[in-house]
Amino acid sequence: MTGFTTHLGTAAPLDQANVDTDQIIPKQFLKGVTRTGYGKHLFHDWRYLDLHEQELNPEFSLNKPEYQGASILLARENFGCGSSREHAPWALDDFGFSVVIATSFADIFYGNCINNQLLPISLPNSEMDVLFNAVKENPETQIYIDLPNQKVKFADSEFQFDIAEHHKSNLIKGLDAIGQTLELDDKILQYEENALTWLR
Amino acid sequence: MAKSLYDKIWQAHVVDQLGDDSLIYIDRHLIHEVTSPQAFSGLNEKGRKVRRPEKTFATMDHSISTRSLAIDACGPENQLQLQTLANNCKEHGIELFPVGHQKQGIVHVIGPELGLILPGMTVVCGDSHTATHGAFGALAFGIGTSQVEHVFATQTLKQSKAKSMLINVDGKLPVGITAKDIILAIIGKIGHAGATGYVIEYAGEAIRNLSMEERMTICNMSIEAGAKAGFIAPDDTTFEYIKGREYAPSGESWEKAIAYWKTLHSDDGAQFDMVVELAAQDITPQITWGTNPGQVTGVTNTVPAPEDFSDPIDRESAIKALAYMDLKPGTKLTDISVNNVFIGSCTNSRIEDLRAAAVIAKKGKVAKGVTAIVVPGSVTVKKQAEDENLHQIFIDAGFEWRLPGCSMCLGMNDDILKAGDRCASTSNRNFEGRQGRGARTHLVSPAMAAAAAITGHFTDVRDL
Ligand code: SF4
Repeated sequence: MTGFTTHLGTAAPLDQANVDTDQIIPKQFLKGVTRTGYGKHLFHDWRYLDLHEQELNPEFSLNKPEYQGASILLARENFGCGSSREHAPWALDDFGFSVVIATSFADIFYGNCINNQLLPISLPNSEMDVLFNAVKENPETQIYIDLPNQKVKFADSEFQFDIAEHHKSNLIKGLDAIGQTLELDDKILQYEENALTWLR
Repeated sequence: MAKSLYDKIWQAHVVDQLGDDSLIYIDRHLIHEVTSPQAFSGLNEKGRKVRRPEKTFATMDHSISTRSLAIDACGPENQLQLQTLANNCKEHGIELFPVGHQKQGIVHVIGPELGLILPGMTVVCGDSHTATHGAFGALAFGIGTSQVEHVFATQTLKQSKAKSMLINVDGKLPVGITAKDIILAIIGKIGHAGATGYVIEYAGEAIRNLSMEERMTICNMSIEAGAKAGFIAPDDTTFEYIKGREYAPSGESWEKAIAYWKTLHSDDGAQFDMVVELAAQDITPQITWGTNPGQVTGVTNTVPAPEDFSDPIDRESAIKALAYMDLKPGTKLTDISVNNVFIGSCTNSRIEDLRAAAVIAKKGKVAKGVTAIVVPGSVTVKKQAEDENLHQIFIDAGFEWRLPGCSMCLGMNDDILKAGDRCASTSNRNFEGRQGRGARTHLVSPAMAAAAAITGHFTDVRDL
């Protein structure tokens, strides 16, 4: 995996709270056995007027001409709630998003993003308002994400965001998490030897 | 220092401290066909092995038919996924309960049923309803597929400790009120994201008085309040349930285990980041009216109006939900008709759930124009129900009696609703499209679902 440091791109606004993973990628598309190919089904129910994905819903934000090519998704509270399906970040990534900026995220989804090099950024609602307005007024607004310095910059604004140190360093280094843990094998062995007898 | 149950289980599982993070040992890993294939292929690509295959158990539940035991009954994609699970389990030496097996069923139903879940364990599964197992005083939580792979390879996970919330449900539960009503009332009170970043310990007299199956219903829906996990301290009810189950410890081991399990409770004076109090006597039969489980109210109420919500986000969500659900503010909930009823899912498909539904089903016949299905949670539950003749009660009343699986809880098989269908469902998610594109889901208890089936609209079970 390659690391994530900075990103420059335009954003697509999805101005609503509680966007659940069933919406991000509905169940009928969870039948795959690989990690790829989910992007075309992203937000299926909202993006398409028909079941066979022939007819785009012109009202849906991501379908609007001005938001084509966006690599940053904007949303509100509790983004990614519901099911633990990692297909959700796979679909977002496959569609072309590298960053999701929202007021808040559900826990499992947040972790799944980190594990897939998709950067989840949470900003307070007041700052999200500024960001949404900027993008709605000018869809070509270039947004610069600086992970090492934890900053989101666009037009005249600059916001600072929080991220746990270990999440940040994992994203930046793009490390193989399993490989890292395997290096602690002696500690794991030691734990297993001392475990409660009925759990060994 | 006084410790909470969470502190105790956490500390007992720290393998190593890595800055703010801990490397946590995982005692039990459950897997199913949907969230495991990519984890296995990740392992295979790197030439890694499953470290402790005997700690992982697999079942087929999400993408299987409830009408046929044939693995290809739901089309080639589902078949490939199921076959992939079977191949992977074989290759890595993991015990699998495939379709048709005596121990097969929904992952969160069979785990406890087989005695695979014990107090004080850490339990994970690539499934957000893993918190179900918290009913045993285990720390159980859902994980993504990358983490499934991590557990396969290392039997551990990197985790940071969550905040803790104590939810006390005091007093005695009134007649006709079930565990499902308690948990829906809790989610209604704290909100759909009210516990994000927290683990919940459920306590209080009303919780203590619940059976293990009822406790599972409560813990199951912790994620619907955003919580990472939800659990209940083990007690005699817990030990009684586990004793003698196939994979549970026995003999000397059992004695040792019990002695340890008795220490698993929050000490007096343990600190919580948040405490929520509910009075059991105030809880009424609950029905969701919206598109997230926090949009819920009592059966005697009316559909709320967006203006009833002071928070602008809640108001916005209500407008959207009412439009999707095609409901008008002020409508009495008991005036809402349904054309589908689903009794099943890892929330409410255990024997006690089926008994409760059967009591109501006995009082009438499925109303005209209503399709009602009952899907037991496991082969064991199905057999038990058939021994008690519950299936005949359902069939005589016009319900369909199906084979075990997740079924219409998410509809990865052919148990899906059409656009515009309205369903009284005992499952756990009423999200847009969850049971089928354009379909409308109302979450209720098994008794309330059966009542809706025989009357054709929502009905207060206490009146039947
Ligand atoms: S019954 Fe529903 S919620 Fe439970 S594991 Fe199956 S799909 Fe998930």
